[in-house]
Amino acid sequence: MSPMQIAIALWTLVLKEIKRFTRIWPQTLLPPSITMTMYFIIFGSLIGSRIGEMDGFTYMDFIVPGLIMMSVITNSYSNVASSFFSNKFQRSIEEMMVSPMPNWVILSGFVLGGMARGLGVGVIVTIVSLFFTRISVAHPMLTIGVVVLTAALFSIGGFINALLANKFDDISIVPTFILTPLTYLGGVFYSISLLPGFWQGVSMLNPILYMVNVFRYGFLGVSDIPVGWALAAILGFIVVLFGLALWMLDRGKGIRS
Amino acid sequence: MAEPALSIRGLTKVYGNGFQALKGIDLDVAEGDFFALLGPNGAGKSTTLGVVCSLVQKSAGKVSIFGIDVDRDFARAKYHLGVVPQEFNFNQFEKVIDIVLAQAGYYGMPRREALPRAEELLRDLGLWDKRNGSARMLSGGMKRRLMIARALMHRPRILILDEPTAGVDIELRRSMWEYMRRINRDEGTTIILTTHYLEEAESLCRNVAIINHGDIIRNTSVRELLTELDTETFLFDLARPVDSLPDIAGFEVNQVDSSQLAVLVHRGQRLNDIFTALGEQGIEVVSMRNRANRLEEMFVSMVEQGNEALDKAAADKEVRA
Repeated sequence: MSPMQIAIALWTLVLKEIKRFTRIWPQTLLPPSITMTMYFIIFGSLIGSRIGEMDGFTYMDFIVPGLIMMSVITNSYSNVASSFFSNKFQRSIEEMMVSPMPNWVILSGFVLGGMARGLGVGVIVTIVSLFFTRISVAHPMLTIGVVVLTAALFSIGGFINALLANKFDDISIVPTFILTPLTYLGGVFYSISLLPGFWQGVSMLNPILYMVNVFRYGFLGVSDIPVGWALAAILGFIVVLFGLALWMLDRGKGIRS
Repeated sequence: MAEPALSIRGLTKVYGNGFQALKGIDLDVAEGDFFALLGPNGAGKSTTLGVVCSLVQKSAGKVSIFGIDVDRDFARAKYHLGVVPQEFNFNQFEKVIDIVLAQAGYYGMPRREALPRAEELLRDLGLWDKRNGSARMLSGGMKRRLMIARALMHRPRILILDEPTAGVDIELRRSMWEYMRRINRDEGTTIILTTHYLEEAESLCRNVAIINHGDIIRNTSVRELLTELDTETFLFDLARPVDSLPDIAGFEVNQVDSSQLAVLVHRGQRLNDIFTALGEQGIEVVSMRNRANRLEEMFVSMVEQGNEALDKAAADKEVRA
């Protein structure tokens, strides 16, 4: 395919993905907004006012970056996982497989679609948070960069999950039993400096901790961990997982008999 | 010499469970041909087409499309292929127009070209009025026509149809046949189809390959195949019921019911002899027709012979063991 044809194919797929999640907005865009509003009211306003400061910031200010990141992670992941698996389930993935579209375009199309939803929900949650606090962003470029990279990383993760899934249950196992616990334990609601030494060490093994912390650093200018190291880790994960997903796609894993 | 539209050499497919679906088949389909791949269920028809379309991974062998080796440049080869699978494989919740436009996009077709092409095809296939409706609201026949429109969006030189008229009513089947004939005749599109309806192959196709147990047991023209037909069964409707089976010397006669006889006629035998014999016994014939379509008889006989040979080979192997 010529570069122009590749651009058309990629845009077609991305647009189709965006149309999909906007068509079913009551399932995709509305629930995270409501859930996060609940978090802001209960944890930020009601309980947060009794907690006091965390790392020198009000509890509400502390949790806003974490909650935005949490919604970006879960929505990027689940968008690609459910969309790609639906395509597999309905066999409409064959539309793409019989076409001359290279596999990296198929993968990129789904990942960009997932990022669009993750970032879209992130923007919605940010807007909701403005009703509860005044947000200031210490490092805007870093904030945008890290949220985009995180959305990309979890979109790729969702893609790999969907490739390997054989039934709908398989695409809910990872978000429920791995992603949610790691997000909750990734410093969304607390600073790991509150943990005993051993558990601080264990927390450092959680990749989501790095993303949440760098994102919070972008907003507040404080982080539990070195920012440069965290960014390098996110980029490294993206390269490795993108390569893995492409390799699986090239081998027809989960889609070709 | 022109490259064949499709050339298959030594194509083998062994599935993960050890089942050998294709045993090294060779097949050529000429450009502009209307070709049928026939065979009973599980014979290897869909696997063959699946490999050609990249939906199934081959274990060994070579596939070329207009001389392009798919192992070297599948992307370029895929431009020439339009695929209509057996099962509905589009997102049922999408609009009809979105489904065909997305397919054009996957082939890199700009929207300004895709829109008029979509309108042309959807009008031709009677789906234009349904373009803004969800695909799940279409009837079974309409869904099948949608898959044909989608496959033709990028103007492929080969159209592959896997059981295109399965579950389609007779009237719609005829209109789909006419459409396929038209694109084969007017646009020179090479058409390769698998079908269970042998009448379809006999009526539409110029060449056929019969596949059974992963082997091609015959690859010839429909005309050639029919000239080899040794026997045909004719049905005779009688003016009055008969109590016993009439005797017609040299013919095998069966009674379908009291007013209908089935007579097996070998090549070289004369129908006049049947009429004479029946007339002598006071039996009056009102009408006569061929019982099954001719290709079906040939097909059943070939597949049965193939199965017998396979059973015998298996039995021999068992004895030797």
